[in-house]
Amino acid sequence: MSKKHTFSMGGVHPHDSKISRECAIEQLPLAPTVYLSVAQHIGAPSVPCVAVGDKVKVGQVVAQPGGFVGAYIHSSVSGTVKSIGPRQDLAGRMSTHIEIAVEGDEWLEGIDTSDTLITAIPEDAKAIVEKVKLGGVVGLGGATFPTHVKLSPPPGSKCERIIINGCECEPYLTSDFRTLLEKGEQVVVGAAILQKAMGGVPCTIAIEENKPEAIAHIKEVIARLGYPEMEVMSMKMRYPQGGEKQLIDAVMHRQVGSGALPISVGAVVQNVATALAVYDAVQKNKPIVDNSVTVTGECFPRQANLLVRVGTPLRYIIDYLGGVPADAVKIISGGPMMGRAVANLDAATVKGTGALLFLTEAQTRRAPETNCIRCGKCADACPMGLEPFLLNKLAQAKDTDALEENAAQDCIECGCCLYSCPAHIPLLDHIRVGKGFVLSAIRARAAAAKAAAEAAKQ
Amino acid sequence: MSKLLVSPSPHIHSKDTTQRLMLDVVIALVPAVVCSVLFYGWQELLVLGVSVASCVLLEWAITKYLLKKPSTVGDLSAVITGILLALNLPYTTPWWVVFVGAVVAIGIAKLTFGGLGQNIWNPALVGRVFLLVSFPTYMTSWSAPKGLFGVDAVSGATPLGAVQEGLMQGSSVPEIMSAGGYDYSQMLLANLGGSAGEVCALALLAGFVYLCCRKVIKPWITLSIFATVALTSFIFWSVDPSRFTDPAFNLLTGGLILGACFMATDYVTSPMSVWGGVVFGVGIGFLTMMIRYFGSYPEGVSFAILIMNSVVPLLNRWFKQKKFGRK
Repeated sequence: MSKKHTFSMGGVHPHDSKISRECAIEQLPLAPTVYLSVAQHIGAPSVPCVAVGDKVKVGQVVAQPGGFVGAYIHSSVSGTVKSIGPRQDLAGRMSTHIEIAVEGDEWLEGIDTSDTLITAIPEDAKAIVEKVKLGGVVGLGGATFPTHVKLSPPPGSKCERIIINGCECEPYLTSDFRTLLEKGEQVVVGAAILQKAMGGVPCTIAIEENKPEAIAHIKEVIARLGYPEMEVMSMKMRYPQGGEKQLIDAVMHRQVGSGALPISVGAVVQNVATALAVYDAVQKNKPIVDNSVTVTGECFPRQANLLVRVGTPLRYIIDYLGGVPADAVKIISGGPMMGRAVANLDAATVKGTGALLFLTEAQTRRAPETNCIRCGKCADACPMGLEPFLLNKLAQAKDTDALEENAAQDCIECGCCLYSCPAHIPLLDHIRVGKGFVLSAIRARAAAAKAAAEAAKQ
Repeated sequence: MSKLLVSPSPHIHSKDTTQRLMLDVVIALVPAVVCSVLFYGWQELLVLGVSVASCVLLEWAITKYLLKKPSTVGDLSAVITGILLALNLPYTTPWWVVFVGAVVAIGIAKLTFGGLGQNIWNPALVGRVFLLVSFPTYMTSWSAPKGLFGVDAVSGATPLGAVQEGLMQGSSVPEIMSAGGYDYSQMLLANLGGSAGEVCALALLAGFVYLCCRKVIKPWITLSIFATVALTSFIFWSVDPSRFTDPAFNLLTGGLILGACFMATDYVTSPMSVWGGVVFGVGIGFLTMMIRYFGSYPEGVSFAILIMNSVVPLLNRWFKQKKFGRK
């Protein structure tokens, strides 16, 4: 076995294509108007708490959590609320957005906008979690799960290790890499805050070996700041290393069971950008109002890592860098393996927007599907140990029982199966549908069981 | 750019295609093809040419005119079937017999089941076995290689055939071996009577190593066949060396290397999982030895592979890889 740290099964090795890795993070000028979606995290949509015509400042709350699994949304600009209503998100779906016309750049009192590094960490874990919640912090690695919920483990479960996810295993993405290089101190303090919030557990900062500068820098920062029980782990380059279950497997050699949460094996995973957001929220009183976005692609003339205010229209970002290249046919929000294709350039960024990737026809056009040759490459590539060729057939046959028996619900939709299929069979497309069948069946069973329990009580 | 392309992830694809995988198999077969032509001369070239051409033309014609589907010739799988069928035949096989083999291989064993990926049995082997039972005269008139520019064709039995015949006449294995003048180092390089693909073990093994390095196939099936054949024959040979042939002889004769490296590892007709592949290989090795020692055919690789092909769906069901986070 290889001594390098990595997960135990499946995975693929796409070319890492990190062509924007040398581009330092630069501030994008303010857009004239921003649009803040109330549904930019997993969980209940937030409830707007401003009215049309209100003046807002940067960092002011404009929407409150719609439930326990929910998040505050803060104005990312100062100006006037112009409208609150439905608007298409980047996938083309409607959700409520708060439109704010930008006037100047006035920050709310109490937010520390200086660059001074504050290394002293609050002692009270509860106060930390509360500040994280007030800062509207959500997981910025992609899932946008509210961070304060992750930091409040259910009774009976115990966190044994914080893992800071700096793998950035998707090709092209470089914003976490730049953050590690340019704001390594803040990330490390953020990690230390997370350690404290979970009761002083050890912390591993996992970085893939294709980022040696980041590994060296973070090691140096940890040594300099002297936080105890914090280490950097150099990971083998392999996709999807940054998948939560895969990373826990790689770092702790523990496998999170089907349908279970990482905390069930004692792990809490937070992304690098999330650790930075935690630092900002706890040490600087600064909520999430901006985030780093990689803008890249071989066909894109000006590679960049931009600090973008939340809610900036995509068109504004792209025009700032020179417009959409003539030969680009697809724009992806996120990486090429798991990102979403953008359907609407007038959509605005959300907290979790990490990249805009431009691909040409040749790079992204799918080849026609041919017969399955039963080579088993999809099964070899699946990091969850599933059999994509089988799930593909079962999903098309709508055989929900067999899909559940063969663990379709465990699919993390990483795309390794479709990526590696030599017959170009749209495996993941079908498996997503099949996973949907199983998940609704599981929900229906749970609802029926609940109803039966209620009936028995009466 | 006028319109945005919107489709689900992933948005990129590896460079693997079915055609590229098949091309790798063709490349891996090149050393064996070159050797067989060098050793057997223009007649072998004719067998190869007829076989490949008929397989490709038949696949094209059947998909186009009978099935009315887009042609699948471009995936190169018919080329492989053609080469493998030719390498499984004696170089003296008449062209029309080769053609009949191609009809059975492509028409019946492959396209009847739905084409590439749908067939249960290895098409080239089905073609070969069909010819073996239908035209035994042509299929068993082996001749020792005479070389591309050679003059005299020495006709004789294959080593396995000679052993079978000798045993029936009451000779012991060592007697037959010394009478036949079999030399293992010679077998490894070339020069034994047999079907074309049995000629040069080293050329076949070179192709096998290429396929493993290119990660087209995994070595487990092939290695478990070799190991099982070696172990089974070692046990029998240790018990009675006068009746049973030794492991090296069994490994080097009768198309075992061709079958283990190129026929048993066919994606379509072999199990997907590592352990399924190992059981598949053990089955092939064991059945081969049973047929060789106790069957009426001198050589059993083809039958063993076809029998184990039939069990593949069960092996795929029994041997699944471990799922993440599950017992």
